[in-house]
Formats: sequence, structure tokens, C-alpha cells
Amino acid sequence: MSFQVHWERDDYSRIPFHLYHDPAVYALEMERIFRGPCWSYLCMEAELPRLGDFRTTWVGDTPVVVSRDAQSGAIHAFVNRCSHRGAMIVRKTHGNAPEHVCIYHRWCYRTDGELTGIPFRRGLKGEGGMPADFDMAAASPQRLRIANVNGLLFGTFSAASEPIEQYLGEFGMGMIQRFFHKPVRILGYSRQLIGGNWKLYAENLRDTYHASLLHEFFVTYGVDRATQKGGVKMDARHRHNMNHAYTATDTQEEARAAYAGNAGVALDRMRLRDTKLLQHTPEFDDRMNLAAPTFFPNALVVQINHSLATRQIRPKGVDALEVFQTVFGYADDSDELTRHRLISANLVGPAGFVSMEDGEAIELIQKATASTTDETNIIEMGGRGAITDQAHRVTETPVRGFWSYWAELMGVEPPGGVR
Amino acid sequence: MNHPLSSSVPPSPELRAAASDLMAEYGLRIDEDRLEDWIDLFDQICDYKVVTRENIEQGLPNVLIWCDNQDMLRDRIASYRDVNEYNLHWGRHVIGPLRFCGRVYAADQALARADRAPIWVIEAAYSLYQTDLEGASRLFSVGRYRAEIIASPAGTLARIRSMLVIADTALIPTLLAAPI
Repeated sequence: MSFQVHWERDDYSRIPFHLYHDPAVYALEMERIFRGPCWSYLCMEAELPRLGDFRTTWVGDTPVVVSRDAQSGAIHAFVNRCSHRGAMIVRKTHGNAPEHVCIYHRWCYRTDGELTGIPFRRGLKGEGGMPADFDMAAASPQRLRIANVNGLLFGTFSAASEPIEQYLGEFGMGMIQRFFHKPVRILGYSRQLIGGNWKLYAENLRDTYHASLLHEFFVTYGVDRATQKGGVKMDARHRHNMNHAYTATDTQEEARAAYAGNAGVALDRMRLRDTKLLQHTPEFDDRMNLAAPTFFPNALVVQINHSLATRQIRPKGVDALEVFQTVFGYADDSDELTRHRLISANLVGPAGFVSMEDGEAIELIQKATASTTDETNIIEMGGRGAITDQAHRVTETPVRGFWSYWAELMGVEPPGGVR
Repeated sequence: MNHPLSSSVPPSPELRAAASDLMAEYGLRIDEDRLEDWIDLFDQICDYKVVTRENIEQGLPNVLIWCDNQDMLRDRIASYRDVNEYNLHWGRHVIGPLRFCGRVYAADQALARADRAPIWVIEAAYSLYQTDLEGASRLFSVGRYRAEIIASPAGTLARIRSMLVIADTALIPTLLAAPI
């Protein structure tokens, strides 16, 4: 498909709203991004502890099975679609199976996705059956290449993808090492269905400007304020991003002055009756209390105090997305710390004190921009032009980084477009 | 913390009526936006948790909301009132008939068993609809309540000791701000 974008500016400080609404753009994104040369986050290895364990997941809008080989223990991922008629092979979200059988005509697949059995393949009493030269191995569902980074599993459909170390960069590999330096314990899942285009969520994760304004809880109760030491870091290609902040690096006076005069956000207005929710003893050497590395196209790893989670973006059509969150702790956490992580789960997820608002903000954009033709948004907080790391968080520059890589993958970079 | 009681004593008609009134008030006070009054339906010692069936079935402890005392409940409501932003809507709870599952005695009561107020475990199905300000309604959440309720000695007034909301609807539409 030939596809062009009229960019008002070559630094992605103006994005046309129709890119969040056009079904043809969405279809092309699924092909060129999610089935293209990107590494997508699948799940965690800790979710597949035993031989034959499987989880179903999504890469863009493609259903995928991730499984631990029933014999060798290797991790595999393959498209969850029967080669025969296209029915979903695995229907459960998770489980354990020595093989996978499609219910329609009982075609049978190994845990690595290879087609190994077709009922009545040779016919019955010399009648019917498949042609003798039918090649079962060649007809198997498409497999993804897998990369395992400290137990975080990524997959790609493309043979042309960069090695994962290069794709994530030193930045990404280092952040994953930070979070997954020891065995994790899965605490559970949450899901949120947001009526907006998937890119609005990807942008939200790269927009540090909104955090302490939309999520007023951060400021009201002092969890995170723009006055804390922190900033945004990106990989060399500016496709991934990390918002981060350090515990107790600003004063109450600095914060009060900074937020004075901003409608709707005020410090010292309220106090929690029970403050255990906010109790935080730095548990990482870097003493960050907020770290949120985001990996193009679909992943976030997030720490807010003692709450730890991954989030996976699952596009659900041009105007909807699911946020699939996996909450975890560490295998060596005490019962007391596990309880504290669960209490801290009040902060994040669909009912999270500092996260619930994203669903509403994104739906407001999707609703209000549906009728647009040429109109664009404005992305200038933090500056125009070159895309660079910043040692503060009054910025949305990483959003422009996202769009620069999006434009490259979609083949629609403007002449002289920044990267 | 609580020990199950082996005997299968049926609840009195007074207690059934009190529990039924309690759950009617529970849903209506949320729907009427009387959330501070809703908290008054809880005992001084209380616990409120919203979890999903998806996690329960896998034996996973993750919570969507967990307030393990009245102060946390009041914080949650205060934040809802004055801090959080959410989709503007009216809620409507439809709560099914109550099932009495049995009695337990609180382990923390240092009284002879005969003198302790029994705690009854009840369950009920719920559905929760949301209607936006232009009048469009949607099914927001469906699931069940599993509550421990404590009755007055005469059995005429019941309070919630713990409320476990097990939402079948793991896929939360938009966001979850007001309690279920």
C-alpha cells in the first residue's frame, strides 16, 4: 500500500490526528511494526516454570502461544492459528499441555508449534485423505524468533530484526538487568480496555509532563513531583524511553513553589490517614523510587515505590487497546514485603491511584479528534528540533522520538526528518 | 484469621432480613454517591478488596483495590472525591439474592466462644452498569461478593467485617475509580 503523511514539521512536534483513526494506517502498523522488524514483549519466563507450560498473548493483533517445550524445556512462540482453517488452536490464557490440538478437525501441534498430526491424513480404507505429498512441517504456523533477556521474553516475526542487545541498546539491556537481577515471583494480572488508539498509550508512557499533573495523587501525597531529581533517557535511536526519579531529592518548599498557581494541583492539601501505602525503603542500588522504561512497540516495565509490574500494549482495532499488566515481586521476598507490594498495587493498574486517569485522558482524545481532517496536536514541551535526553521531566520529547521511529518503520519519514 | 465453625446452624429470619438490608444499602449508597455513608456499613475492623476471577483461579494474590482498615477506605474515597480523575458516570448495582455459606468466629476475640458475636459468610452475585452523562449505558462489571458480616446480638443489624469483590470482568472498561 502506498501511504503518505503530510507532516507539518520534520521534528514530529505536530502529529495529524487522523493517524489515530484511520483503519488503513492501523492495518499497516500491524504489518510494518508488529509483524515487522521490532522485538515485541511477550511475557516472562517465570510464567512458564514447568515443561509444557504455555501462555497465550498478542503481538499487535496477532494471537500468539508462548510455550516451554514439553521435552527440551526450550521456550517457543508461534502464531495461535490452525494451519488448516485458521481456528485459534489454544483457547485458554494459560495451562500445561504435552501438545496442542485444534478442536475443529483435531489437527495436532507440538509445543514448539510444529504440525505433527492430521486425523484421516491417509484416508479410510483407501478413500479420502490428504494428498500424499502434503508437507506437514512446511504447513506449520509461523514461529517467532525468541529473545530471553533476564527472563523477559521478546519475540519477532522478522528475520531482519537486529540482535536484541542492539535493539534495546545499552540503555534497555541495563534497565532490564536492574529489574530482573534475581528470580521473580508472579503476583498476578490486571487488564484495562481503553477506548483509544494504541499509539496514545505508547505516547502516554513517553510523556513525563503529564505524570504529576493528570495523576494528581503523585503531587498531593508527595509520591512523585517534577521537582525531584530525575529525567528522561532514551536509546540511541530514541525509540525507547525511561522516565525516572530519585527518592527525596527535592524539598517541600521547592515543590510548593513549583506547583503554586497551577489549577487543579496543590501540595499539602490532604493527608493520608494510613500512610503505609507510601512507605518506601529504596531496594535498588540506584535509589530510584520511580523507574519506567518503555520499549518500542509494546512494553513497559514499571516501578513505583515497591510496586513492580510489566505492561503490554495489545492493540484492539484502531480505536481500542488493552493494557495487560503483570504484577511481580521477587522469589526471595519476605511475606511482609509481598504484603506491602500488594498494598502498593493500589497505586497502579486500572484502579491505581496514580494510573487510572490515563484511561480517561486517552478516551477523551479519541472522542474529540474523531471528526478532524487536517488538524494536528502540539508536542513542544521540552523543546523543538533535535531529540535528546533531558535531566528534567518537564518534557514530552520522547513522544517525538516514538514518532520518528514510527515514521521510519512505516516508510513515511519527511525529508530531513529528525531521528 | 477466622476459624470455620463445624455446626450448620441456619441464620435466623431476623439475620437474613438484616443481611439483605445491608446489601441493598451497600449497592444503593454507592449508586447514590453516598460513599462516606457506604463506609459506615463496615465494622470498625474491616477489610475491602477487589480482585479478579482470573487471578483467583490461578491462585494469584494480586489486587485491584485493597483497603485493610477503615482509614484506607476513607483515604480511597477522599482521593476519589478530591484527587483522582475518572470517567463521569452514574453507577447502578444489581445485587442478587444472598447465600449464607456458614459461620466463623473471629480469632482475635479473647472471649469464650459462646460470648462472641458470630461472623457469617455470605455471597451474592452482582452486576454493575455505568451510564454516561449523555445517557448511554454499558455493563461495567459482573462478579460476586463474598462478605463476612457481623450481626448485633439481637440479629437485627449487620455490619461488614470483610468484603471480597471477585470480578469476573477482569478486563476493566476505561478504569475503576468508585468502589464496586
